[in-house]
Amino acid sequence: MKQKYIVMNKTDNCATALEDIKKGEEIDYSDIKFKIKQEIPLGHKFALIDIKSGNEVRKYGQVIGLATQNIFKGEWIHTHNIISHYLKEVVNQ
Amino acid sequence: MNEEFMGYERPKNKVGIRNKIAIIPSVLCVNHIAERIAAKIDQAVAIRHPLGCGQFGPDFNNTLRTLAGLGSNPNIYGVVVIGLGCENLKSKVLAKNIKRSKKPVEFFDVQDIKGGSIAAIEHGIKIASRLRDEADELVREPFDFSNLTLGLECGGSDSISGITANPAIGIVSDKIVQLGGTSILPEFTEWIGTEHILIDRAVNQEVATKIHETLTGFIDHLKNIGIDFLGVQPTPGNIEGGLSTIEEKSLGNIAKSGKAPIQGLIDYSESPKTKGLWLMLEPGLDVESMTGLAAAGANIILMTTGRGSPCGNPIAPVIKLCGNPKTCEWMDRDIDIDASKMLTGEATMEEMAEIIWKKLKLTCNGQTTHSELLGFNDLAIWRNSASPFQYMHCK
Repeated sequence: MKQKYIVMNKTDNCATALEDIKKGEEIDYSDIKFKIKQEIPLGHKFALIDIKSGNEVRKYGQVIGLATQNIFKGEWIHTHNIISHYLKEVVNQ
Repeated sequence: MNEEFMGYERPKNKVGIRNKIAIIPSVLCVNHIAERIAAKIDQAVAIRHPLGCGQFGPDFNNTLRTLAGLGSNPNIYGVVVIGLGCENLKSKVLAKNIKRSKKPVEFFDVQDIKGGSIAAIEHGIKIASRLRDEADELVREPFDFSNLTLGLECGGSDSISGITANPAIGIVSDKIVQLGGTSILPEFTEWIGTEHILIDRAVNQEVATKIHETLTGFIDHLKNIGIDFLGVQPTPGNIEGGLSTIEEKSLGNIAKSGKAPIQGLIDYSESPKTKGLWLMLEPGLDVESMTGLAAAGANIILMTTGRGSPCGNPIAPVIKLCGNPKTCEWMDRDIDIDASKMLTGEATMEEMAEIIWKKLKLTCNGQTTHSELLGFNDLAIWRNSASPFQYMHCK
């Protein structure tokens, strides 16, 4: 069966869409069921669990950025709600 | 089951997967002569390049190291070095450097041959045809993968590569390392944002410090020359494709190197000092990168391309993988492995890694890649040091 999304590492709190996923589609990940809250284009990410503002967003088992607002499971994750931890902490020191 | 491939034994415990003759001009003035000679000899490659004269100091050393590395690559049986006679990268010096590999190396200068270019071409053909005879006496023998050096490359990337083909290549790279072989990750511009991860994977503190200081030095250098590299990363195209931060983009790139510990950081075209995974300093331009990998001793290169690339290498076969279904269809004669099967659900990550592994073995055993079939021998040398003629403009 075609997988709609991929989770790169089991410690990740986001998944990446392998096709355009429509708003309202049911996701059943590790027995957690939720609905997709916005359109998620191919290659874009959505939250697998609720992520509080300021907390880490993880992909590949690594931190890819910090949430700039509360992100709820099923929500689209992109530049509008996460920022680079690297640019914030490492480069601008 | 013991994993083996069929290769050619070379001096100093090296193993090649091709049995080529390299015709290497020490200077650009004799490129045509090298090409005419290579055209007449089966499995001969001319290493066309634009350098070899007017170079000094580190810039000169970089060219010498790269050309010598290409000649020393175990996929090459023997080498004919051709000079003009008046250049500063002497054919004799280049030949001497390649002779450290203990393989057959001949050299001559065109200005020493009575009869000019035409006589020089004839002279070169005679030498190269004798080397070809010798090379043809060798037969392929079984070797384990501790004898193989793999290069990891990506070019013309899209947002799919980082979640499909790259991590699948990472599994293959880890397998090579587990089997005692060597793997090299170039393209330092696409490590930026993941330094902390690379440092964590370093085998010791010395390697960690070298990685940290090299990359910090790059960011400082950019600031000094007024380029805001990080301010434009990820690019608008990356963002459209779904990449949100520089960390995410670079993680997709370094996924090609799997999870193996990092043995060290080598300069462009420098050979790894031990087996295992190595980082190579190189700024992420495909042809320069693959030239550096071949000069460092890579037998074979795995290259991910999302948008499609025709590039090949004269010495190391390049296996191209693509995760984008449209590119796989439109450029099917350029792409060797259709990794879009991961998007369509026909293959899992592990199944794709198995497909790559099988193709890698077949290619090692002699199957030609698509860029080899087309004879795409792309070559470019990264100039990472100032030449006296740079920064010179009319007042």
